[in-house]
Amino acid sequence: MSKLMNRISNWVTSTPFWKAVFRHGYEDTARNRSLTTFSNVLYHLHPVKTRRESIKIRYTWCMGGTSLLLFVILTVTGVLLMFYYVPDTRRAYQDIKDIMTVVSFGSTFRNVHRLAAHGMVFTVWVHMTRVFLTGAYKPPREFNWIVGVLLLVLTLLLSWTGYLLPWDQLALWAITVGTKMAAATPFFGVEGPFGAELGMRPDNDVKFMLLGGTEVGQNALLRFYVLHCVVLPLFVVVFLAVHFWRVRKDGFSGPL
Amino acid sequence: MPEKSFEVFPRSPKKTYGLMELVKGTAPGVEKEPEDTTFTWPNLFYNEFLMALAVTALLLFLSLYVQAPLEEEASRDTTPNPMKAPWYFLGLQELLVFFDPWIAGVALPVLIMIGLMLIPFLDINPKGRGSYTFSERKFAVTNYSFGMALWVVLIIIGVWFRGLDWNWYWLWENGHVHKPVAAGLGDLPVMFSRNLGISDFAGKAISDLLMLAYFAIGLIIPAWFFKGFFKRLGVVRYITTMVLFLIMVGIPIKIALRLVFSIKYAIITPWFKI
Repeated sequence: MSKLMNRISNWVTSTPFWKAVFRHGYEDTARNRSLTTFSNVLYHLHPVKTRRESIKIRYTWCMGGTSLLLFVILTVTGVLLMFYYVPDTRRAYQDIKDIMTVVSFGSTFRNVHRLAAHGMVFTVWVHMTRVFLTGAYKPPREFNWIVGVLLLVLTLLLSWTGYLLPWDQLALWAITVGTKMAAATPFFGVEGPFGAELGMRPDNDVKFMLLGGTEVGQNALLRFYVLHCVVLPLFVVVFLAVHFWRVRKDGFSGPL
Repeated sequence: MPEKSFEVFPRSPKKTYGLMELVKGTAPGVEKEPEDTTFTWPNLFYNEFLMALAVTALLLFLSLYVQAPLEEEASRDTTPNPMKAPWYFLGLQELLVFFDPWIAGVALPVLIMIGLMLIPFLDINPKGRGSYTFSERKFAVTNYSFGMALWVVLIIIGVWFRGLDWNWYWLWENGHVHKPVAAGLGDLPVMFSRNLGISDFAGKAISDLLMLAYFAIGLIIPAWFFKGFFKRLGVVRYITTMVLFLIMVGIPIKIALRLVFSIKYAIITPWFKI
């Protein structure tokens, strides 16, 4: 029996199709270890060899990787939620109710999405603190620190734009508080310093641009939805690519 | 000749490179590398995989017990009291008590982000890269920790200690009973002119000068006492660092002025107030 299994497995792994997909063998050799990292599009974000000290959890706290994992989880659960949610003020709230009560595993996905979002704000913040405390922003990594700060801003904006989507009291008034601040922007907000002097009105200032109106309504919901589901995630992906690429180019910080 | 038997590939006079040596081994780098490296597969992937499993399991487990909140449908007819932003913005919302919205909501967040981005260019101390150290970079670590602590404390206050009308409620107090309206606040220039019996203009001048003095003294004293620090940084870096630092320290100072002396504004101009 095992002979037969061996013959079958030998035949399968020798077919042109198998060899086209898997470029190297499974034996534990240095070559295969290198190729595993090297010949996989996801794994090859890593170098083939890493410094022993840099791998230690007590050095990295795993926070950057966890932030990425949470972003992936958020994307997956977010796409699932998008199947059931319409950004229309007349039905958005009911859609969330359906997700919580009717949709199979809907409440799980919504709960995971929310927890992961809060978690990501936290892990990005802790990751930044780790990078600061280990001096990992010092030359040659200055630019990657800036990219990291931009990713922090994007994380906060993503979390904040998602806050409006359930269209409940919590959402409406949290965003009302937040966008009131936009009206107070110096120069560009009607209530901000020099705003009125520069011709800002409630219907042409930066808050109006953000909300698509003078108060949080249908236009604001649609804008926040598009920002939350398309625009901001795209920016995050672009900056993530730069972030990881710079880590490879500048080398991983860590004890020398 | 005995050497000839070892020459696997004969040297070519036309090439600048050649095979130097053949050695036995299992990995490309046979001698010990200058850096103590190890294969990413499986050593690093192992950590990452376990962490991913743990985080995903934790999320799924928590999702069974922590329900995402869903309140009444959005309505302009009822305004919740207090209105709270998401927790990560409650630090800024808390600052709204002490500053006008253009400072708390716009200027300070922008300054925080710019300040963070400037860190690598302001901190030119080459020490402490790749390890945790306090003794080699006391100012940098103290500075960052102070900012983080301020941020976290403000968030904690916003989440747990603010209730109706954004008043302070201890956890054991009844959160449904309104607090009496606090005593009125005054402005620093008016206080000066009233208490010292001087003109409004002189009162304003004193408070403006105090503000200028805060920054002037804050810039001059450290440069005087830490000459090495000043020289290492140079004028531009030093001034940028110290101004950002003084603004950060100014936040708890303004909070203290308000809480201890009931001062609402320290600086009054026709266009904005601080």
